[in-house]
Amino acid sequence: MPLSTQSQADDEQYVLIASLDNARHLSNILKAITFKDHAIFTATPNGLKVTVEDSKCLQANAFIQAEIFQEYTIKEDLGFQINLTVLLDCLNIFGGSTVPGVSTALRMCYRGYGYPLTLFLEEAGVVTVCKINTQEPDEPIDFEFCSNNVTNKVILQSESLKDAFSELDMTSEVLQITMSPSQPYFRLSTFGNSGNAHYDYSKDSDMMELFRCTKTQTNKYKMSLLKPSTKALALSCKVSVRTDSRGFLSLQYLVRNDDGQICFVEYYCCPNEEVEED
Amino acid sequence: MHCVVTGGNVKVLAKAVHSLSRIGDDLYVEPQEDGLALRSVNSSRSAYACFLFAPLFFSRYSVPNDHTFRCKMAIKSVQAVFRSLATLEKTVEKCHIELDEQKDRLTFTLHCKHSLLKTHNLSFQDSESLQAVFDKDSCANIFRAQPRLLVDTVVHFPSSLEEVTVSVSDERMWVRNHVEEGAEQSRAMLTELCLASDEFDHFSVKNHNSITFCLKELRGLLVFAESTGLPVSMYFDEPGSPVVLSVTDSVLEGNFVLATLSEDPSLRKNNSKGAHTLPPPPPDDFMNDDIDSYLIAMDTSVAPGPSTAGPPTPPLADSTCSKQSAVATHRTRTHREEDEEAEEDETDDSDRPPNKKFRSLFFGLVLPPSSQISTQPVMSQEVLASDSENETQAE
Repeated sequence: MPLSTQSQADDEQYVLIASLDNARHLSNILKAITFKDHAIFTATPNGLKVTVEDSKCLQANAFIQAEIFQEYTIKEDLGFQINLTVLLDCLNIFGGSTVPGVSTALRMCYRGYGYPLTLFLEEAGVVTVCKINTQEPDEPIDFEFCSNNVTNKVILQSESLKDAFSELDMTSEVLQITMSPSQPYFRLSTFGNSGNAHYDYSKDSDMMELFRCTKTQTNKYKMSLLKPSTKALALSCKVSVRTDSRGFLSLQYLVRNDDGQICFVEYYCCPNEEVEED
Repeated sequence: MHCVVTGGNVKVLAKAVHSLSRIGDDLYVEPQEDGLALRSVNSSRSAYACFLFAPLFFSRYSVPNDHTFRCKMAIKSVQAVFRSLATLEKTVEKCHIELDEQKDRLTFTLHCKHSLLKTHNLSFQDSESLQAVFDKDSCANIFRAQPRLLVDTVVHFPSSLEEVTVSVSDERMWVRNHVEEGAEQSRAMLTELCLASDEFDHFSVKNHNSITFCLKELRGLLVFAESTGLPVSMYFDEPGSPVVLSVTDSVLEGNFVLATLSEDPSLRKNNSKGAHTLPPPPPDDFMNDDIDSYLIAMDTSVAPGPSTAGPPTPPLADSTCSKQSAVATHRTRTHREEDEEAEEDETDDSDRPPNKKFRSLFFGLVLPPSSQISTQPVMSQEVLASDSENETQAE
């Protein structure tokens, strides 16, 4: 691979080097969380985590494990803030064609605090170097969502939720999620200009892989916050929906890339204040 | 009211709704003894469409016996229920339509595969009756063709084209784009297709003439006809009277009634086969309160029906059709006066530069119960509406 012609000496200065034969394995996942311009990049020996937040009420995280990369070398844990839109534009700099067999190779390098993120992208013998400025990372919100507090959990095949999410009445300000050990089990509701709509998933549905609901809970979330999660849903094959005792929502998406490797995207969302049904 | 649609019929119902959305913004729903009627009309009242689904279309059909129920709702809301036609076909097993009169809600429940239930509770408004009256079987020119023929014909016209002109002779039908009178004739592109009578399943012409009507509304019907594969029938008499396009099968009937431009001298062909002599239509001066002459011209599009009151006679002067008296009394009269409100919407002021002069359609405010509403004209009926109700209809 042409990118490996860089000298060993150069590599020594980098705190992080991550290489992918197909940049799409990174860009596709990042598209699932691009609803804001800026993202917080965190890297540990386990892999990369990219975080995007909205109005302190919503957080989306994309996890790309070290195993996904053909090369992953890290000297210390690091974090920076970067313009996600610019990063995606660079990853797709060769136009993102879907001709089989042709892919963009990526080598991502970071020298440390204050340095830009350097991307070496290669397709069909043409190499492009991009340097994207980094900023001081903000502290990501800790939603304090822990498994012990989870009251209700379901795992669904994404296929069935995709239809519902694409049909959601966007004139509704809220998306209401009801989870219950009894009817209607798992319900998505909207309250729009022309009336309300309910999507009910039975616990016996063959789309329902796991159903663990301990008590009836109904929570409302701002539609505008959750709508971006539709992108993650579209990429995923399974989704886990969990609510905790406070009504905080966790959506976890299992995304499989072209090579069959698995990545995760998760969304956390705060509920709206009132909990009573209309 | 509780109706259940199963299997492939759900998609047919959805297609009908999408088709109606090409006409107007509101969907009028009326469950009747003879089936569920879904109707729509455009704001200028120059296009009307009605789909009647017979009880056999449904796997269950029960309507309130004791009272007539009518409502209207934004057609976009109903389209949202049937949003993705492709997934409808694959996933929806049945659709329940239930009325909750206490809460003023019409509920559509889609039972889908994988035990997924989609429930839409749509709010509606009470509505006046919406009914265009026409007698298609007595029209001079009647045609029937497979939808493919018409689809292949309209595909040649750009989607921006507003109106088409259809001209007929004994053996041929010409379809061409209509160019505005004011537009520069030499610059406009003219597209004309000629269809031979043997391309049609039925081709019968009594009047050689041409009519011009809105293409967008025709496309609305073709969307439905093509997906269901039902032949499309076309009925018209002459320019100025509406053209009726319909699709029928054993369990449903769809009728699109479109106004046509009143006669354009440059297009008029001789009525060599005209069986009746018509008085020339009056100038389209609808600002004139005296509607006698208008009614005389309209008279030709309505044939005597089986009603008890008998056909109207052309000189309607004796029914003193002044606007005020038309609505205040309970006298038996024809329904056409109700059209007054719609007429005022027309831009027929002769002081303006020549522009389109669409005849509006007829709407009865009151319908006789359980009649063959779609095809038989209502010749006489009690006018029970007051002025204020007319205004509502004109909006």
